[in-house]
Amino acid sequence: MSILGTRVVRVEDPRLLTVGGTYAADVDDPRLAGAIHATYVRSTVAHAEIGAVDLDEARAMPGVVDVVAGDEVDLPPIAGVTNEAMRRPYLARDRVRFVGEPVAVVLTERPEQGPDAAEAVVVDYAPLPAVVDPCDALADDTVLFPEVGTNLVGAFGTPPTADAGGPDASDVVVRQRIVNQRLAACPLEVRSSAATWDLGRLVLWCSTQNAHGLQHAVAAAYGLDRSEVLVVTPDVGGGFGAKIGGHPEDILLGWLSRRCGRPVRWVETRSENMVGMVHGRAQVHDVTIGGRPDGTIEAYHLSIVQDAGAYPNMAAFLPRLTRTMAAGTYAIPTVTSDARVAVTTTTPVASYRGAGRPEATAAIERAVDLFAAEVGLDPAEVRRRNLVPRFDEPHRTASGATYDCGDFPAALDRALAAAGYDELRAEQRRRRAQGDRLALGIGLSTYVEVTSGPRAGSEFAEVEVRDTAGGDGVEVVVATGSSPHGQGLETAFAMLVADEMGVPLDAVRVVHGDTDQVARGVGTFGSRSLQLGGSAVRGAAAEVVDRARRLAADLLEAAPDDVVLDTAAGRFHVAGTPAVGRTWADLVAAAAAGDAGDGAALRAEHDFSTTQPTYPFGAHVAVVEVDTESGDVRLVRHVACDDAGRVLNPLLAEGQRHGGIAQGAAQALYEQVAFDADGNPLTTNFADYAVVSAAELPSFELVDLQTPTWVNPLGAKGIGESGTIGSTPAVHNAVCDAVAHLGVRHIDMPTTPERVWRAIRAAE
Amino acid sequence: MEITLSVNGEERTSEVEPRRLLVHHLRDDLGLTGTNVGCDTTSCGACTVLLDGESVKSCTVLAVQADGHDVTTIEGLAATAAGDGDGDGSAGAPLHPMQQAFHAEHGLQCGFCTPGMVMAAVSLLDENPHPTEDEVRVGLEGNLCRCTGYHNIVRAVLAAAGEEVTA
Ligand code: FES
Ligand code: FES
Repeated sequence: MSILGTRVVRVEDPRLLTVGGTYAADVDDPRLAGAIHATYVRSTVAHAEIGAVDLDEARAMPGVVDVVAGDEVDLPPIAGVTNEAMRRPYLARDRVRFVGEPVAVVLTERPEQGPDAAEAVVVDYAPLPAVVDPCDALADDTVLFPEVGTNLVGAFGTPPTADAGGPDASDVVVRQRIVNQRLAACPLEVRSSAATWDLGRLVLWCSTQNAHGLQHAVAAAYGLDRSEVLVVTPDVGGGFGAKIGGHPEDILLGWLSRRCGRPVRWVETRSENMVGMVHGRAQVHDVTIGGRPDGTIEAYHLSIVQDAGAYPNMAAFLPRLTRTMAAGTYAIPTVTSDARVAVTTTTPVASYRGAGRPEATAAIERAVDLFAAEVGLDPAEVRRRNLVPRFDEPHRTASGATYDCGDFPAALDRALAAAGYDELRAEQRRRRAQGDRLALGIGLSTYVEVTSGPRAGSEFAEVEVRDTAGGDGVEVVVATGSSPHGQGLETAFAMLVADEMGVPLDAVRVVHGDTDQVARGVGTFGSRSLQLGGSAVRGAAAEVVDRARRLAADLLEAAPDDVVLDTAAGRFHVAGTPAVGRTWADLVAAAAAGDAGDGAALRAEHDFSTTQPTYPFGAHVAVVEVDTESGDVRLVRHVACDDAGRVLNPLLAEGQRHGGIAQGAAQALYEQVAFDADGNPLTTNFADYAVVSAAELPSFELVDLQTPTWVNPLGAKGIGESGTIGSTPAVHNAVCDAVAHLGVRHIDMPTTPERVWRAIRAAE
Repeated sequence: MEITLSVNGEERTSEVEPRRLLVHHLRDDLGLTGTNVGCDTTSCGACTVLLDGESVKSCTVLAVQADGHDVTTIEGLAATAAGDGDGDGSAGAPLHPMQQAFHAEHGLQCGFCTPGMVMAAVSLLDENPHPTEDEVRVGLEGNLCRCTGYHNIVRAVLAAAGEEVTA
């Protein structure tokens, strides 16, 4: 029986459970012997011109090897995404644009000497007005880049017009401004890296999601050839999109190492991480939804203002994904959108779990609930009436996406059935009739998202069968361009190889995140790794089997087409005569001796690519209890039906869903990165930023649905972000639903007790 | 100052600064990097170790405070279970029952919170051998995990306590 589709426990676990992972801060490599430690001096003001930077006092501090300010760094500033002229220097020079922006760096013999020395750097700031709200930034009263002359990074699409069939032409029109608040990714491991020059090459260890992407960026920054840069990714303690590529603090380490002639290590603090690492989301939406009193939705417009933070990074790209996914799961005849991206004097914004798609889902799912309330219909009924029916052929949406396949009504029906929707509504009516202080809220979402990137995708894998050193067996070494950091891909890829090649799971060794050991690669983000990386591994394994078959045919003096692989035994034989065969070990030995065939090693590379992305979908039902006197919200149940196509390992897929649901629910209920009007961050550590704990969450109720995609041979769609995308609007809708009978129409996220309490009081 | 700790059953004597934190002592002086640092406000629990059998956040304990005490880190946990009547009987069991439960229930992803989480869970069951789900959730409130959504961590702890768990 095939191992595929079964709950295989992870091969990664024993090491992580007994000695712990080797994260960047733990790397013990001879090339890092004698390393000095970098501590960045960070701006304490949001927006200012930099006057004198006095490094003298810092130079005299104990253990200080060197101190560097921005004007000394000769690496070219990083071009802004979409708007190249909005450049980010590695260390601020002339002007700072957010609290936490690196201004200088101290290098000390011991890490604990860094903070004191950094304190001793004196920077003269001539403050400028801060601009924290992206909508305010569009007025250009305060401009971050005077040389550009505007805060507008880019504008896309046009506002709707009634004569073009926009929502304003409908009988029922509902509008709402919805803030999709700024979040911090909060991987439990902060950013950390180390750099040195070894045999003329720059070697960078970095906690990143994509070693090869970072290698590219570093080579470009230093004017080096890719071959002159080695990036090594140790274990990574979570990324969630925020560790795609490298930050300026990571990339500068090589320059510092060259300058000081010593290896340099950097581990930030959590307080630095909260202001220095890219944030996510940060969109302001104006939704307009139009339809008929019978619940038919005719048109929808989404207007987006994206806060890019101080320097345009991935944020400039996020609205594109949001706009593509604007139509969601619905067959709405007219869907339009427009987006403007603005810089503000805040931490730069980039990808965070979902990256542009959760925002699209949050907007339309909230809009559909508002529309349902307006026409007086149950939100489940309005969804049923407007969902795209089941489709097996590609479905082109009004917002320009081409969904591969889906069955949205089935997801909704299953989630509602598992939740016991009718009973929940009955319980809600009962509580309302009794004037119960604990109001019950039931929230729905139906979602569809795009994984493996907005277009076609590709990934690399190499598979080689080798002799085990000193052993009598073989090992299969898989080099993948994917870059797992918690997803369990070593297990997933081992399963694929074991199945394809008929070797035991523990004979497979997966290598990743090292640009010397893996020829090329893209990395792990956008829920791409199983569908692209896994398909590449499978393709490479199949090619190795093919080579082995030809070699076995030579040895067995048979035609290759007559030779079969008995995957249960890991042995090749002529079809019909299993008594005589060749094992993998035989073939490895034969290949090494050049005994037969072309003498080629049992090794193959495979670049897998697709023609389009995949579109996982699902439906979530959240149940909350709201204390109508205190405004306290408790998520009491969460039911999730997530369809990610064919599931390779349910244990891993469920884990991804659980983690995603928790993060998504936390956006609806708790999390928000906040700044005061002067641009001072108010959530600079885990005491102030409400990372959700076990105590605030229920166990989740997962409902199975598998609609295999035709886009890749595994039939798999991405699962890494679905949970987050589906859960946020379900929980958000549940909170709004809980207090709807009190006259509350909408509460922005996070639905904190204070906001809920105020909304209830205001509606009285 | 000179301090002597019994770390994972081994006497370790070192010279430390009075303000050195236990977590840095374990990681940087003794090379036990299994224990992690995730925050600077005593909020995350990634640094949790057992001090005389009870869980403490080692980022809030000075190394000198641990002088003369027993410290167990993730690296030494399995050994504490060996021959403890878990039926395994072998000295140097590969996994402590809690580690085994985290493995079987998929209670870890990136692994960064895991050493601290496992130590906190061991301590929790020590105090309350048969907790309810809610007691586990409240008991682990001081240990953050960004990957698992806690679902499988809670199941692992319940399973380690000998309770039936369903998916
Ligand atoms: S590092 Fe000790 S609680 Fe976070
Ligand atoms: S497994 Fe990644 S933080 Fe818990």
